[in-house]
Amino acid sequence: MSTPNPIRGETLSVPALGNRLTVQVERAGTGPPVVFFHGAWGLQWDPFLEGLARQYTVYAPRLPGTGTDPNAIYQLDGLWDLVFVVGEVLDSLGVGRAALVGHSFGGMLAAEAAAHWPDLPRRVALIAPLGLWSADRPIANWMAVLHQQDLIKLLFLDPASPAVGWAFPTASDPQEQALLQARRVWAMGCSGKFWWPIPDRGLSKRLHRVRAPTLLVWGKQDAVVPASYAQDFARAIPHARTVLVEGANHFPHLERLDTVLPTILDFLQ
Amino acid sequence: MKISMFHLMPYRDLPEDFEKRYRSVWVDPPWGELADPEKVSQYYNWTLDELLYAARAGLDGVCTNEHHQNAYGFMPNPNIMGAYLAKATNGLPVAIVQMGATPPTTSPPIRIAEEYAMLDCISGGRLVAGMPLGTAMDVNFCYGIPPIEQRERYREAHDLILKAWTSRDIFAWNGKYWKLPMINLWPRPFQKPHPPVWVPGSGSPSTWDLAVDYDHCYCYLSYYGWRWAQEMVDGYWARVQAKGKDRNPYRLGFLQLVAVAESDAAAERDYAPHVEYFFHKCLHVYNGYTYPPGYHDWETLVQMVRRSAMDRRRLFNLQDKRYPDFVREGNVIAGSPATVRDQLEEAIRRLRVGNLMVLLQIGSMPHHLTLKNIDLFAREVLPHLRPIWDDEGWVNHWWPQALRNSHPSSAAPKP
Repeated sequence: MSTPNPIRGETLSVPALGNRLTVQVERAGTGPPVVFFHGAWGLQWDPFLEGLARQYTVYAPRLPGTGTDPNAIYQLDGLWDLVFVVGEVLDSLGVGRAALVGHSFGGMLAAEAAAHWPDLPRRVALIAPLGLWSADRPIANWMAVLHQQDLIKLLFLDPASPAVGWAFPTASDPQEQALLQARRVWAMGCSGKFWWPIPDRGLSKRLHRVRAPTLLVWGKQDAVVPASYAQDFARAIPHARTVLVEGANHFPHLERLDTVLPTILDFLQ
Repeated sequence: MKISMFHLMPYRDLPEDFEKRYRSVWVDPPWGELADPEKVSQYYNWTLDELLYAARAGLDGVCTNEHHQNAYGFMPNPNIMGAYLAKATNGLPVAIVQMGATPPTTSPPIRIAEEYAMLDCISGGRLVAGMPLGTAMDVNFCYGIPPIEQRERYREAHDLILKAWTSRDIFAWNGKYWKLPMINLWPRPFQKPHPPVWVPGSGSPSTWDLAVDYDHCYCYLSYYGWRWAQEMVDGYWARVQAKGKDRNPYRLGFLQLVAVAESDAAAERDYAPHVEYFFHKCLHVYNGYTYPPGYHDWETLVQMVRRSAMDRRRLFNLQDKRYPDFVREGNVIAGSPATVRDQLEEAIRRLRVGNLMVLLQIGSMPHHLTLKNIDLFAREVLPHLRPIWDDEGWVNHWWPQALRNSHPSSAAPKP
C-alpha cells in the first residue's frame, strides 16, 4: 500500500512489538499533545483534526494494516497485543501525559489504553465509542453492508452532509477511487479483528480503572451505537461527563463540527 | 474422468413468495416460520438415499458439504452424512468425497483429522478429504470468526491436520490460534500418507497458491455453471503453469448443475420449476453477508475493486431469469441425454476438469425425479464422458489410490 491519504503534517514511523511492526503516526500542529484514535473506516485528515491541530500537537496513529503495510495486521494476535502497541507507540513518541481522543472503534481503543495505564492520559474524550454490549440494544453491524451508499446511510444522519466527504473522500480517477475504497474496506477488516462478532472484549470490567476526567460525546441519532450507551460508560468511568449532540448519527464530530469541536477543545484545556 | 454426485440437501418446500418475504436463505431464515421438522426428517433420509442410489448407479463418488443456518443446505456436520455413506457403500468402488468439514470453524482442527481418519478407515481407504476455507456466511456470520482471521486460521488448521496425519511421533502444536500439548491421533487415515486433499475455492489467488504449492486438487464449486467459470478457471490454470506444475486435468474439480430427461422438451417440463426454485430461492442470499471486510486478502480486494471500477458489466439478476435463460447461460446443463453429453463434454474440455461434481438434486426437485435424473445420467451420460482424458494418460493423484483404475459403472453399458 503506497501513499495513504495526504496529511498536512508529517508521518512518523514508530517501531513496536520489538521491531516486528512499524506503526505510522501522523503528526500536525503545535501545542500540548493530543493522540487521536481513528474509527473502523481508517484515518482521514478531516476538519476536526485540523481544528484540534490549531491548538494542539495532534498525533494520529494508524491501526496496523491500514498504514503502508496491509499485512502488518497479521502481526497482532488480538486486542492485548494492540493495546500494548498503543502503549509502546505513546512511549516512543514521548508525549508524556497526553490527552486521548478516540472515535467509535478508536474510542474503544482509547478507553482500553486509559484503563490499562490510568496515569497515562491527562484527559480522555470518547466519541461514540464501541466496547460495551447490551443484548436489548444491539450495535449495528456495518460489516454486513455491501454497498457504500448503504453504509453512508447507516453512519450519517444526512447523506448529503459534508461530513460524508470528509470521512469517505472520493477521487475522480477510477483507479485512485478503487484504491480509496479498498483501503476503507481493509480498514474495516483490520479493526474487525478486535471486535467481531460482538464489540465486547471485557471493557466493562476495566472502565473503573480510568482515572482521567473523561468526556463522552454521542450523536443523539446514533443508529450504530445507540446514544443510551453513553450512560453505561458514564456510570462505569469515575469522572465522566456526557454531551449528547442533536442532529448527528455516528460521526458527531464531523456531522456537527460546529458544536463538537469547540466542546472538545474546551474540555481538553 | 471421475464424476461424483454432489448434494446440498435443500429445503424442498419453501413458500412460493419466499424471496419476497425474507431477505436471505442463509444466516437468518426463520426456522420457526419456514421449517417443518417432519419434512426435514424426510429430506435427510431422501438425501442419503439419493446419494446411495447414485453410488449404486455407477457414479464415481458421493459428495457432502458443510453449511450453517442455511435453508438450501443443512448438513452442519457433513461427516455425519459421510459416516452413513461410507458404511453403506462398502464393497462399491465409490469415493466418499467430503467437501467438506471446515477447518477455520472446527476447534481444535484435529477434530477434522480424526473424523476424516474414521471415515477413511470405515470406508477402507475411499475418502477424499475436502478442506474448504468456508463462506463468510458460515464462518463469519454463523460461527463468529473475524473475517480477517479466516485465512490465517485456515492455513494453520490445514498444516496442523496434515502433520497430525503424517507425523510418526507425538508432537506439540504451538500455533497462533491453537495450542495442543500432545498430538497423537487415533485413528490415523487408512490411506498412506493421507487421503487426497481437495480445496474448494471461489477464485482467490491465495487459495490457488495453497492448492498448487501443496499439490492439492483445487475445486471451483460454482452454482452458475461452466460458461461463467471460464475466466476464473483460466486464472487457476495460469497460476498452475506459472508455478511450473503440469496441466494434469485432475488438478481441477468443478461443480455443475445437471438435469437429464428423455428430450429437451421433457427436461423443461420436468425440471424448470426446480431449476427456477434453486436460482430464485436457494441463491437468495442477502448481499451484505457475502463478502464482509477482511474476508478477502488485500491483494484480492484490490483486484476486485479495480475490476468493478474498470468494468461496469451488468450484474446478473437471478430473479429476472427463467429456465430458458439458465439453460442458455449454462447455469444448468439440462436436456436430452445427447444434449447433456455434448454440453458437458464441451464444459469438461474447455475448463480442463478431471474431477467433475454434478448436482443432480436441484432445489425443490422431489425424490422420485431425483432418482430418475441420477438414473438417466448414470446410464446415458456418464459412460460417454468417462474416457475424455484417457488419451492424455494422466494419473489422478487426487483420487483414492485403490479406486483410481476401477470403473464402478458395470450397471451402465458402455456405448
